[in-house]
Amino acid sequence: MFVRAVITVIGKDRVGIIAAVSNILAEKNVNILDISQTTMQDMFTMIMLADISKMNTDMASLSESLEKKGMEQGLSIKIQHEDIFNSMHRL
Amino acid sequence: MITPYEVIETIKMIQQENLDIRTITMGISLRDCCHSDGNIARGKIYDKIMRFASGLVKTGEDIEREYGIPIINKRISITPISLVAESSDEESYIRFAETLDRAAEDVGVNFIGGFSALVHKGYTIGDAKLIRSIPEALSTTKKVCASVNVATTKAGINMDAVREMGIIIKKAAALSEKDDGLACAKLVVFANVPEDNPFMAGAFHGVGEPECVINVGVSGPGVVKCALEKVKGADFGTVSETIKKTAFKITRMGQLVAQEASRRLKVPFGIVDLSLAPTPAIGDSVAHILEEMGLEKCGAHGTTAALALLNDAVKKGGIMASSYVGGLSGAFIPVSEDAGMIDAVSKGALSIEKLEAMTCVCSVGLDMIVIPGTASAETISAIIADEAAIGVVNNKTTAVRLIPAPGKKIGDVVEFGGLLGSGPVMKVSEFDSSSFIKRGGRIPAPIHSLRN
Repeated sequence: MFVRAVITVIGKDRVGIIAAVSNILAEKNVNILDISQTTMQDMFTMIMLADISKMNTDMASLSESLEKKGMEQGLSIKIQHEDIFNSMHRL
Repeated sequence: MITPYEVIETIKMIQQENLDIRTITMGISLRDCCHSDGNIARGKIYDKIMRFASGLVKTGEDIEREYGIPIINKRISITPISLVAESSDEESYIRFAETLDRAAEDVGVNFIGGFSALVHKGYTIGDAKLIRSIPEALSTTKKVCASVNVATTKAGINMDAVREMGIIIKKAAALSEKDDGLACAKLVVFANVPEDNPFMAGAFHGVGEPECVINVGVSGPGVVKCALEKVKGADFGTVSETIKKTAFKITRMGQLVAQEASRRLKVPFGIVDLSLAPTPAIGDSVAHILEEMGLEKCGAHGTTAALALLNDAVKKGGIMASSYVGGLSGAFIPVSEDAGMIDAVSKGALSIEKLEAMTCVCSVGLDMIVIPGTASAETISAIIADEAAIGVVNNKTTAVRLIPAPGKKIGDVVEFGGLLGSGPVMKVSEFDSSSFIKRGGRIPAPIHSLRN
């Protein structure tokens, strides 16, 4: 059974962003289901849909690790349960 | 699959436009805590609150973190204390207020509402004691909120209660003089009070409610304003549709959080209150929505119509988003808690008379309004009577939360701090209403209350 979360990465485009995030997710046994990204005038926005049902940590620690990595790289990285988006945008 | 555009929109709403869950309020019935010995009753009250609510704050914080939506307040509402304390033969209910305060402190919530009495048809002995205890209770405790319902459409207006509440408000102001009358910011006088309102200071757990319930109050005036900025100049149909769709999205947040909180705490979900509740922060103002609709300043002619549209569109959009909608549900106009309102009053654009007109079309009444410390109890009672009449005749909730700040006059600004904001002192009529108020008795219910 899926439990899905949405990871959003927003910041200035640079080499290694996707690698950095996917490394953390792989470490925590989080499977990436979908990625979409766009770069507009130097602003990088990446949205990943991930399956957290088998992760080897809890949401709080995963969120902390991602936010920390984001701060190191000058990015905003947030993870949220997908229901917040589903409930707002789907009837 | 959710599109990237939708993800970004949600994130922007939260991070830039001040979308948040204003409160998760757990309603707890204290009806089984009655006892002829006040100490035993208070023990039961404390234990029950601790038993039900000890997980509330942590659950709120967990949900906040996992879903990424700020949950600003966790609160508790209880059965109107007059009903519970009445069985004990104590003369004052101060110690009940202290027990509630202590329980709120130990559980970690920031307010506990329900130091209340329902007197729209008349007083019981317990009601009278509760009301007399209010000034001291609110000036000696930190987290307790009080309310008194003085009128309903079916019962008419209890003018004896209206007269007493003017006196009580003055007393509460005097006892909290060193805080500029702060006790009055925790006291609401109602007509047609709802039993399930999650917002303070008027929250209590009505007698028709179950043992325990989770109610959620959403908020998002900033989100609505930003949505309207994208349709500048468009006609009213478009304005209404834009507000409806935005209200839907905002309310869905509330529904999600309410259901999650209910599931984790194993407590039934009550209602989502889809009110647009402002805060003093920039970008979180209901007045600015009205100004975005095309008024130079909130309070200009057209404000009542604008607010009527806003209030209605919020409800229409929100109803679809939630399985159970209740509480106050609409737009709030608390003066001291809304940066745009504060500005409009200081510029002379917004008066009490205009606010009174606005209360006819929105979901609350004259809220968080600071008036001169010299205003008489009878004048305050007369203002309450006016609001009660509006509520009773129009079959809606109205309320009065006035602060006659001791020593303050027109031109002064009172700083309450935090979510209570800052209130510029507003003018009330200097003409006398004492002979009207002194009559006493009940104003009968309007004819259209006979609907059977």
